[in-house]
Amino acid sequence: MFYSLGRYILLLRLSFRKPEKFSVYWAEIMREMVSQGIGSLGIVAIISVFIGAVATIQTAFQLVSDFIPKTVVGGITRDSTILEFSPTITALVLAGRIGSSIASQIGTMRVTEQIDALEIMGVNAPGYLISPKVITGVTMIPLLVIVSVALGLGGGYLACAASRDVSTADYVAGLSDGFNPVIVTVCAVKAIVFGFIITSVCAYQGFYTRGGALEVGQSATKGVVFSCIMILFADLVISELLL
Amino acid sequence: MIQIEDIYKSFGSNDVLKGITAEFKPGKNNLIIGSSGSGKTTLLKCIVGLHEPTSGDVLYDKENFTLMHFEGRVPIRKQIGMLFQNSALFDSMTVEENIIFPLNLFTNMSRGEKLDRANFCLERVNLAGKNHLYPSELSGGMKKRVGIARAISMQPKYLFVDEPNSGLDPMTSILIDDLISEITQDFQTTTVIVTHDMNSVMGIGDHILFLHNGEKWWEGSNHQIAHTDNKELNAFVFASKFMQAAREKL
Repeated sequence: MFYSLGRYILLLRLSFRKPEKFSVYWAEIMREMVSQGIGSLGIVAIISVFIGAVATIQTAFQLVSDFIPKTVVGGITRDSTILEFSPTITALVLAGRIGSSIASQIGTMRVTEQIDALEIMGVNAPGYLISPKVITGVTMIPLLVIVSVALGLGGGYLACAASRDVSTADYVAGLSDGFNPVIVTVCAVKAIVFGFIITSVCAYQGFYTRGGALEVGQSATKGVVFSCIMILFADLVISELLL
Repeated sequence: MIQIEDIYKSFGSNDVLKGITAEFKPGKNNLIIGSSGSGKTTLLKCIVGLHEPTSGDVLYDKENFTLMHFEGRVPIRKQIGMLFQNSALFDSMTVEENIIFPLNLFTNMSRGEKLDRANFCLERVNLAGKNHLYPSELSGGMKKRVGIARAISMQPKYLFVDEPNSGLDPMTSILIDDLISEITQDFQTTTVIVTHDMNSVMGIGDHILFLHNGEKWWEGSNHQIAHTDNKELNAFVFASKFMQAAREKL
């Protein structure tokens, strides 16, 4: 485990060396932003709307009482969406979508000698392949989480409109009741950390792939599993530290 | 000129290379031959720095490559072109993008100059007009030729070729061999080719290094190879009955 951790840290250090030419790296970052960001928008939108709707319905179901104001549903949905559902569920889904893609892409390049070709040319292969992905991860995943929060809360509104357990007016009023801005900070920190974990862990798994097609698949699986575990662990640590 | 001095390479307890010393001169096709597992590709990877030798030195024009760190190696690496066994073209890039990739990173050429260079390289390998195809749209022989075009795009002083004929039909193999030989002559590159293809050995082998069980077993030219009395080399070169019969007629 310490061997892998050391190798992971060394790989990250190599990844953030001075680029050979900034313009080439910038073009890679832009390409990754389209791939990771725009490419993930659909799946993030779908899960966010449904999670927001389900969270609202279940909260409303559990708080059916004349002693509890209906606006509480909006407040609880808001806090749970911003603090947990949007950053964590989005990150877990993106670990599957983006992480497996990164690990298999870099792993395939390794087993087909494309990484060797980069190194022979004098290109810092970890820098060229990994740093644009990590930079994109820590910028685009927070943006996707913001979209997810908005759509999650929108999903809750739709659920209220459809079920009539809670009126949409109560729901909207609840969204602003007792709002504590620190939850937004926690959400942002989680999104950035999760973005870093997904991209760097999966890139590490791909970069050290050895063998052939079978091993590329195994690297992708390992990348997703390890990043999911790391996301949940980081979620716990950040929540403990910041809340 | 490339000199390798007393190269040893071990993987755990497995000694793959055992004290290999040789010299590769510019303008010559230097061939490293040997049966499977003899250490040819490992030696090539030690020379280009993809493997670090356990001991020994690799010198590029008297500069000790083995002792250099990553940054120190970059100027030499920019003078290296390499064709990999499976071509190792970047799948996500077109033929043209593959060729101008090193130019984008290491030169300040304008877009027009880079395209001119790409077109020149493609013409050199008889693939003019194939600029916008992706590697998945190319045949094995075309991929090799694009690999050569990419390798020469930076006008390398040193050209390394790993199994150029693997997976190719005999006619295409000869075309690739001739192309490498012409480039070596035209650009006076120091060319090192790993192969076990006997057509290449006999056709373009100006200087041949025969490895056997990780040791340098024989060194000479394609003219000398037919008349050697080295038992292991003869067993390798004249393995087939056809070659044995051909040798008797020499």
